[in-house]
Amino acid sequence: MTALVELRDVSKLYGNIKALEGVSLEVHAGEISCVLGDNGAGKSTLIKIIAGLHQHDAGTFAIEGGETRLGSPREALDRGIATVYQDLAVVPLMPVWRNFFLGSEPTTGVGPFKRLDVRTMRETTRSELLRMGIDLRDVDQPIGTLSGGERQCVAIARAVYFGAKVLVLDEPTAALGVKQSGVVLKYVAAARDAGLGVVLITHNPHHAYLVGDRFVLLKRGTMAGSHLKSEIALEELTRQMAGGSELEQLSHELARTETPEFPGGHRPE
Amino acid sequence: MSHTDAPPRQPAPPPKSAGDERLLHRSLARRLMGRPELGSVVGAAAVFLFFSIAAEPFLRASSLSTVLYASSTIGIMAVPVALLMIGGEFDLSAGVMVVSSALISSMFSYQMTANTWVGVGVSLLVTLAFGVLNGILLTRTKLPSFIITLGTFFMLTGLNLGFTKLISGTVSTKSIADMEGFDSARALFASHLTIGSVDVQITIVWWIALVAVATWILLRTKVGNWIFAVGGNADAARAVGVPVTRTKIGLYMGVAFAAWISGQHLLFSYDAIQSGDGVGNEFLYIIAAAVGGCLMTGGFGSAFGAAVGAFIFGMTSKGIVYAQWNPDWYKFFLGAMLLLATLLNAWVRKRAEATS
Repeated sequence: MTALVELRDVSKLYGNIKALEGVSLEVHAGEISCVLGDNGAGKSTLIKIIAGLHQHDAGTFAIEGGETRLGSPREALDRGIATVYQDLAVVPLMPVWRNFFLGSEPTTGVGPFKRLDVRTMRETTRSELLRMGIDLRDVDQPIGTLSGGERQCVAIARAVYFGAKVLVLDEPTAALGVKQSGVVLKYVAAARDAGLGVVLITHNPHHAYLVGDRFVLLKRGTMAGSHLKSEIALEELTRQMAGGSELEQLSHELARTETPEFPGGHRPE
Repeated sequence: MSHTDAPPRQPAPPPKSAGDERLLHRSLARRLMGRPELGSVVGAAAVFLFFSIAAEPFLRASSLSTVLYASSTIGIMAVPVALLMIGGEFDLSAGVMVVSSALISSMFSYQMTANTWVGVGVSLLVTLAFGVLNGILLTRTKLPSFIITLGTFFMLTGLNLGFTKLISGTVSTKSIADMEGFDSARALFASHLTIGSVDVQITIVWWIALVAVATWILLRTKVGNWIFAVGGNADAARAVGVPVTRTKIGLYMGVAFAAWISGQHLLFSYDAIQSGDGVGNEFLYIIAAAVGGCLMTGGFGSAFGAAVGAFIFGMTSKGIVYAQWNPDWYKFFLGAMLLLATLLNAWVRKRAEATS
């Protein structure tokens, strides 16, 4: 089966800085590929290449088997790759239904009487969200009144509705609490079950392991590991993610010393 | 919003039927509270009631017509300024642009041709170009619109005075009343209709038409969706494919178009123009829009609210005269009204969000 998106040995340079070197990633329909890494590991660079914001400098980038080079986010969208950014998802003061169709509004009528198809917009928003398992009380409420997780879910439902084949999610659970993260992961799984290929960028191995089928670990711009779920256990993933030996060293550094010296001679009474 | 199996936000959800009834009730109340113009409508009713009692001639039909005329001169500009504010930007050059537009029309007609309509047409093109300039400067430099239009405000003020003195030798333009097309242009921009026994200024018709068109654009077209979006979160709008730059330039052109209408009204109601006029009016437009519920930070507001805001000022400016008070107090009322209305709007919005 051909991968929806396949990156092979992709590299990206910003001037003389290697942001990404030799990274490979496969995204299949109905599967979730997780990209894990700490801050500065190259996760953002990787999604920018897939989303069409940047072009790779070396390696190959294929969409459904055909090698390609995306020129703009619009081109990526037209090829079926939708990216949901953590902070760029919605316009808070606008009603949910206006947000849902923003930038791709359906119209009815001709000439000067061309107008928004408000009824379709409202009904589609309600039914599409329901299909994703989100039961919205009122599609007219400003989307800013929804919780962070719910907003992410609307953005995901939106991408699914507009025919995305590949869904790229940038740290969808980063700013969320445990419960909200669970809700978002549920919709990520729902998108997968709808037959989409999902790229989940995260620095949380626990979230990744819950839903992921493939795991790519990035460290300082290079690929530190690439595993199928069957090949790796959560403990191992967490250990690799946290940097294994680095974590051990940190635990030594943080260990309590026997007799603490108080500089300046001030001792607690 | 609640999820099928995630816990709802309320700790103990009431039985389904009771919950639904409550929901309907609350939803209606919230819908009303969520309207941007609610505060201004309440304010307008209060001001109307106040002057009905305080000023005996206020309720006469002729007085009302005068009040509406005063409202319309601010209102015509307040509508596109409100749209611009919803789109997240200011235009401080709007007040003098009205005078620039009148000056261009008058001087071009006087110097170049003998037909006022040529001047009117040239003025439209040049004024729209001012709007485009404001928009391009804003989107290219990415500086705040406050700075950009403060700059063009002073530039236009200087150009108005400078060019008028250079061409006419004085600070006002020559009369164009004897020119061809003056009467027909006056009919379009500065005439009045008689309905019953009451004179209705044509600016009131322009005003109502602009409010209707702006409301239609805002609520029922793609462009309206984009205006809310570029004001509410320009980056999110850009990310989903909204043409942010074009939308903003279009909004400045809207202000310029209304400035052209206002400018032609100014010219044809007198026939000569004082080149120093218009300074300070930009604040009246912004105040009308803000009183009408437009958020200073963008993304929220309505054209109808701006119209109500303008109506409040029409009532205040003329009501003070009918109550035989010293009109020097007018500006104090303007300021106080702005503060009160903005506070009321903020309070209403907070309530609306709390109940959702």
